[in-house]
Amino acid sequence: MSNSPTLHFHGSATIAGTSIFDPLDLDIAAAKWTCLLGASGVGKTTILRLLAGLGDHIDHVGSIKISDGQPLAGRISLMAQTDNLMPWLDVFDNIVIGNRLRGDAVDGDRAEKLIAQVGLAAHRHKKPNALSGGQRQRVALARTLMEGRPIVLLDEPFSALDAKIRAEMQELAAGLFAGKTVCLITHDPGEAARLGDIIFVMNSTGLHSVTPPSSPVIRPYDAPDVLACQGQLLRLLRETP
Amino acid sequence: MMRALRIIGVTIFILSLWHLLVVLTGLPAFILPSPARVGMALVGNLELIAHHASVTMAEVMIGLLLGAVLGVITAISLAQSPVARVVVRPMMVLSQALPVFALAPVLTLWLGYGLWPKIIMALLIIYFPVTSAFFDGLMQTPRGMLDQARVMQARPWQIMRHIRIPAAIPALASGLRLAAVYAPIGAIIGEWVGASQGLGYLMLLANGRAKIDLMFAALIVLAVLTLLLHASVDRLCSYVVRRQQA
Repeated sequence: MSNSPTLHFHGSATIAGTSIFDPLDLDIAAAKWTCLLGASGVGKTTILRLLAGLGDHIDHVGSIKISDGQPLAGRISLMAQTDNLMPWLDVFDNIVIGNRLRGDAVDGDRAEKLIAQVGLAAHRHKKPNALSGGQRQRVALARTLMEGRPIVLLDEPFSALDAKIRAEMQELAAGLFAGKTVCLITHDPGEAARLGDIIFVMNSTGLHSVTPPSSPVIRPYDAPDVLACQGQLLRLLRETP
Repeated sequence: MMRALRIIGVTIFILSLWHLLVVLTGLPAFILPSPARVGMALVGNLELIAHHASVTMAEVMIGLLLGAVLGVITAISLAQSPVARVVVRPMMVLSQALPVFALAPVLTLWLGYGLWPKIIMALLIIYFPVTSAFFDGLMQTPRGMLDQARVMQARPWQIMRHIRIPAAIPALASGLRLAAVYAPIGAIIGEWVGASQGLGYLMLLANGRAKIDLMFAALIVLAVLTLLLHASVDRLCSYVVRRQQA
């Protein structure tokens, strides 16, 4: 997927007169996982909403630029902490909801293939209420892939899952999003250490780049350099304001 | 089974209380007839009551259907168009300041003594609760779903069709449950103002001729039919909402 662009975010943000963060620069590199790690309330989600075009209520002074110069709209998909599945639609219909919402034709074969890829072939006709938390996020993952967009914004998508399912989902997502420009927002140092090609810690003083482990993603959770990186990230989170 | 037994038990209890009241107070039958007399009036006039009940129920059902359809259309238009909200919403609220009952004579004047003024009364009385419940539902779509739709570059009408309307079905169901109880009130008021058929007409007629037992029989039939209507609409709504999400 060579058409995945790099994103450059610049600027500060204010919501209803309250400053969320001071001017900062964030590069989200093409076809890589950029992890943005930070405590709650430092403005991670604000950056993500601005990138996603959902920043109506945010005063953003600055710019969002894309390496290939084309407009951002229509090239982004978003996966949030809540799966936002429609409880009245079954797995298949939830995955193709984007096509329905745009009035596009639905590529049923592609959807079926994605359902199989996320391991839900046996659950194709179930509605979200009949699925487990992990299965629901798998549906959200397939829905994101169905959109076929080169840029993927992930807003703590695995944070509500238990540790075992979370590790499985990280591996699945790393494989399926390969080649896309991914921006992952997380408050889990372990997740950043496993998944980040590029890692930033965000706090009230701005963005701080952290060198990720040298091995390629997705990294084993118990490798010494991954654990060391996780420890370093947690230290940064705790010891900076 | 337990439910049926409970209903039968409560009914017997109320009838006994009523009977006791008549016996103890010695009220004359033209003030409060005993349940037995009312029962006899009911059985003796079964055909007459059934005829008038069918007229009233027809008015109620048609009014309910039309009011629901109109309410749904209004709610969707209001939710979809900010202009409609600015123009129509104050008018709707204002219309509620006017008691629907006060319109009954005018409707009879305009539409005559047939079914239509009663249907319109039933319609008017349920229109606001249905519209308002469904509109509230349409305006309370979970924000995450709407964000998702915006990032997907959805069209406004497709968001309405695929997300906002389905998400508001439970709210519409609660509006319809209310409507099922209100609709008969509208029809009866319409019949009181001017009618030649219907349970409301029969009640007035029986009252005027001092057939209080017949009046009570008609009243009880009305209450039972209203309860049945409410129960059916309630069941149907619960079924639809359950089916929708499972």
